[in-house]
Amino acid sequence: MSHAAYVAASYGAALLTVAGLILWVWLDGRARRRELAALEAAGIRRRSAGEAK
Amino acid sequence: MSEQSLAIRKFSDLANPTRFLALSAIVWPWMAAITALFFAVGLYLCFMSVGDYQQGETVRIMYVHVPAAWLSMMCYSVMAASALGTLVWRHPLADVSAKTAAPIGACFTFIALITGSLWGKPMWGTWWVWDARLTSVFVLFLMYLGLIALNRAVDDPARAAKVSAILILVGFVNIPIIKFSVEWWNTLHQPASVIRLDGPTIDPEFLWPLLVMAIAFTLLFFTLHILAMRNEILRRRVATLRRLAARSAGYGEASR
Repeated sequence: MSHAAYVAASYGAALLTVAGLILWVWLDGRARRRELAALEAAGIRRRSAGEAK
Repeated sequence: MSEQSLAIRKFSDLANPTRFLALSAIVWPWMAAITALFFAVGLYLCFMSVGDYQQGETVRIMYVHVPAAWLSMMCYSVMAASALGTLVWRHPLADVSAKTAAPIGACFTFIALITGSLWGKPMWGTWWVWDARLTSVFVLFLMYLGLIALNRAVDDPARAAKVSAILILVGFVNIPIIKFSVEWWNTLHQPASVIRLDGPTIDPEFLWPLLVMAIAFTLLFFTLHILAMRNEILRRRVATLRRLAARSAGYGEASR
C-alpha cells in the first residue's frame, strides 16, 4: 500500500465516523421531535407548557 | 443575597432544561457554521502544507489523528466534570451532559485508534503494539463503550446517572495515565511534541494545520454535544408524557 493510500484511508475512516455521528444525532433529534409532536397532538402536554400559554 | 449565591443562581437558571433548549436553539446553527469554516480552512492547510522529510505524505495523518486523540481525552474530562455536577450539585443537566458525551467520545477515540493504526503500519512497520499509550487509549475506548451500555441497561435515568457518575470519576484516573504514559514507560509511541512545558518542538509548517484542525474538532464536539443534549432532554420529556398518559388512562379505567 502506498503512503497516499494510508493517508486516504485515515481521512476516509475519520470522515465516515464523523458523518455517522452527525447522521445519528440528526435522526435521533428528528424522531424525538416527531414523538413529542404526536403526544401533543393527542392532547398530552406538560403542565408547565400549559401554564406558559 | 451574597454575590456568590447570586452567581450560582444565575448559573442554575441557565441550566434549566427549558432555558437550555431555547438558548441552544439560537447557538447551535452558528456553532455548526463556524465548525464548517474551521474544517474548510484546516483541510486546505492540511493538504497545502509540505510533507515531512522523513515521514513523507503520511505526516498528513497527524492532522486527524492528534486532534481526535486530544478530543477523546477532553470529552472524558467534560464527562468527569458533569459527573461531579451530578453527584455534588445534582445539577439537572449534568447527567444529560455526561450521558450524551459518551458516544461522541467513543467516536473520537475510535478515529484516534484507527488513524493511529494506519499511521503505524507505514512508519513503525506494524498496525498495533501493546505499548502503554496505545493500550491506555484502547482502555479509554472500552470505558466509553461500557458507560454507553450501562446507561442503556438501567431504565431509571436517575439511578443510571448516579452509578455512571461514580464509574466516570473512577475511570478518570486513566486520563493522566494516557497523557504521561509516553514519559513514564518506554513506548513505541513518540513523546509529546505540542503540549510541552518548554513549548512545541514541531515545525510551524505542521503546527498551524494541526492547531486549526484541533479547533475544528473541538467545535465539532461542542456542536454535536449540544445537539445530543437537546435530543436527550426531548427523550426524557417524551418518557414523562407517556407515563403521564398511562397514569391518566389508568385512572380513567379505575373510575369506570
